[in-house]
Amino acid sequence: MIYQGKQKIWSDYQKEIPSDHWFYVRSCIRQSFFPGSEKWFLGICRDMLGKDIHETEHHTTCGGIAYHCDVIPQLTAMTIVARQFALMTEAGYKNLVASCITSFGNYTETLETWREFPELEARVREALWKSCRREFEKPEYVAHASDLIYKFRGEIAEKAKFRLVDHRTGEPLRVVEHIGCHYSKMFPHKGVGGAEYPCVLSGMAESWGGRIIDYPERRHCCGFGFRQYLVKANRGYSMSNTHKKFESMEPYHPDMIITNCPGCPYFLDRWQYVISEQTGKTYGQNGYGIPVLTYEELAGLVLGIDPWDLGLQIHQVAVEPLLDKLGIAYDPAKKYLGLNEKDIMKPGLPTVLRCC
Amino acid sequence: MDFGFSLAPSSAVNLDTVDLSRYNRLVRLEPDARICMACGSCSATCTAGPFSGMSVRKVLLGLQRGQDAQVNRMLSACMLCGKCTMVCPRGINTRNLILNLCRIAADGSVSKGEGRL
Repeated sequence: MIYQGKQKIWSDYQKEIPSDHWFYVRSCIRQSFFPGSEKWFLGICRDMLGKDIHETEHHTTCGGIAYHCDVIPQLTAMTIVARQFALMTEAGYKNLVASCITSFGNYTETLETWREFPELEARVREALWKSCRREFEKPEYVAHASDLIYKFRGEIAEKAKFRLVDHRTGEPLRVVEHIGCHYSKMFPHKGVGGAEYPCVLSGMAESWGGRIIDYPERRHCCGFGFRQYLVKANRGYSMSNTHKKFESMEPYHPDMIITNCPGCPYFLDRWQYVISEQTGKTYGQNGYGIPVLTYEELAGLVLGIDPWDLGLQIHQVAVEPLLDKLGIAYDPAKKYLGLNEKDIMKPGLPTVLRCC
Repeated sequence: MDFGFSLAPSSAVNLDTVDLSRYNRLVRLEPDARICMACGSCSATCTAGPFSGMSVRKVLLGLQRGQDAQVNRMLSACMLCGKCTMVCPRGINTRNLILNLCRIAADGSVSKGEGRL
């Protein structure tokens, strides 16, 4: 292929991401699942990189979970989204960045729906005014928080204290990247690299020294699917998806998995415990699991933030083997000490999956 | 430990390890099996299909995936009425195809040259 032609094709897969002045909307569930991630997204962007990221305590759920569970109709979900846009407008921002992949998909779906059906936008504006006397302007840019970390990956690499390299051998760490389905499978042109070549996470990992693993089920869903995990009897379907991915990636011996969705890291992390209890199988080295990190946690580790401040002790799979490879110092005695050194209690140990 | 749910059996088919001897034998007896384009006209017109799960399209697919048990179950539901043969846009003699498959499944007593009715 002619190089210039290749560049032209690749340019179609790019996404314009403004570098500053963002209105940040959090996820409903990430603060429970991975409590350090959103805190450190703001810490990295605001304090370390000096960006203007605004958030408000009046922000609520985007309605994505209820919408995807068929609990509320789309018109209700769009009105909730419109309220977030109103908060952004009132704060004087035009760029919206969402922490959650489903929120990102929900905001994008709403804007695309309004573009196709302007009469629905008029109905939502009317409903919003009647319900809470708010008006809004549509955001000029909607990004996922991983888009911003991807954009700032070069700046983060310059400030990095650690690289994704096994400090004992000098070999790049083998990284599996897993991208949430709602990032670019619904609206490919809204994601960096589209649905075919999403490079938002691989770009980060490679910039920070890692080597990306390409494996057969790389783009398979993690199985999170709202209607699968909500009903206990259906969780076997959810876990089977994750199991399929682990079986597929196992021969490549990944050192870690990074994700950009609230549900994917949760299930890829926790299902390793359930799979080990049910089948006796673990996927990491020496009986450990494969550590699963969010992109903020990975950026935080690279920037030298203390692993326990990042909330890595909340993970099911032990992260210590990964920290040892990276050469990151940690104090095991402080693992289960929370804010102000409050004891957050050590959990019980699994019978099969090895933990520290 | 009982979590109240468990792993679903994998439906993945490893085409590198599938036993295709039965399909290959059918192709020798009924070479038209190769020109099926899986349009499903046969299945749509099958009288037994809605009640028994019989589908000529699925029979051919199952043979190529080595799913002999499912194929046998479907074959046992066929009444050999021949409606599928009448609607096949590729002109495959699906009735003869099924009959040969039944013979192969029975004990493999069909030999080359004896398959065509």
